[in-house]
Amino acid sequence: MSCEKMETRILAYVDGRLKESERAEMEKHLVGCSACGLRVNEFRAVAGLLDELPVIEPSGAFNARVRALVAAETQKRSGWLAWFTPSPRVAFVASMLLLATVWMGSMQRPAPPIDAQDLPVVESSDYDVISSFAPLSDLSQAPDDDSNDSDNGQQQQQPQQM
Amino acid sequence: MTRSDVQLMLDVKAGDQQSFELLLQRYRTPLVNFLYRMVRSREQAEDLAQEVFLRVYRAREDYEPSAKFTTWLFRIATNLALNSVRDHRYQKLEVSMDAPIVADAEDGEERMMEVADEHPDIEQHLVEEARKKMIRHAIEKLPEKQRVAVLLHKYQELDYGEIAKILQCSESALKSLLFRAYETLRVELAPLVAQSVKH
Repeated sequence: MSCEKMETRILAYVDGRLKESERAEMEKHLVGCSACGLRVNEFRAVAGLLDELPVIEPSGAFNARVRALVAAETQKRSGWLAWFTPSPRVAFVASMLLLATVWMGSMQRPAPPIDAQDLPVVESSDYDVISSFAPLSDLSQAPDDDSNDSDNGQQQQQPQQM
Repeated sequence: MTRSDVQLMLDVKAGDQQSFELLLQRYRTPLVNFLYRMVRSREQAEDLAQEVFLRVYRAREDYEPSAKFTTWLFRIATNLALNSVRDHRYQKLEVSMDAPIVADAEDGEERMMEVADEHPDIEQHLVEEARKKMIRHAIEKLPEKQRVAVLLHKYQELDYGEIAKILQCSESALKSLLFRAYETLRVELAPLVAQSVKH
């Protein structure tokens, strides 16, 4: 076994997590390699030092706080579930409304599409007929009592004078 | 007969609240200690541990015993701890070894001045506390992933496969990670290591 291969196994060796065959191979190497032997002892020392740190206990209120969180979670979920749980009356009304909507939708026949070619087109020759139509001529004569609109009124009357 | 973690979790899934209580009792101390060593604040560690239990409870209906319960539990805890460490990075306190002793009485873990009067050999006590502080700082200085690996390996005694799954790496990558972490600790704690090796 090489010293490089030791690196991946040294910690498992210190922890006693190596397989029997690997452990035997490791120990064979350690007999002839003082550097690796020292490293094993140093890693053991590090592991021992880590054991010196004290274990802390959770505070007295810890369990109660977890229980409160879990209870709040359960309440929240049951609230949502109640919202989604259908009552028979609501379900009946909702289904009737849905049926009515579908039925009304099926009763309304769609309007036939408008064919643009069928629309009557105003020929330019009809313009004279429209412009000489008496009721329209009366409408174009605006009252003169509003002085602000007098210019516009004159402009509209000009074609008639001509 | 003691029910396994998986059995307890399956019972929680079936609606047994008492099984959740047993899991809480079984893992509250390991979780709080793991998180405390990650985030360095007792209050924050407890808050995070509570969040871990809440997430376990929330996930009960979808729970499938495909992996060890501890792998799942500490994966949740690790993710929460790493997020918290990243969020509170600015709060890192660089406490010098020469700082006044009271500065270390952060969370009531080691209130040296309070026990000084009761301790028969104050000098010996101070030496012991200085050792602990040095060890704790050496762990805190490790990169996050290495710290998680050391804590799960040393204090939770999870096997390499479990830790590798929690950290989402291969087993050989984990072994390298742990080796590097122990190398760093060996250097950081050189005076204490030398003392131990001599004895």
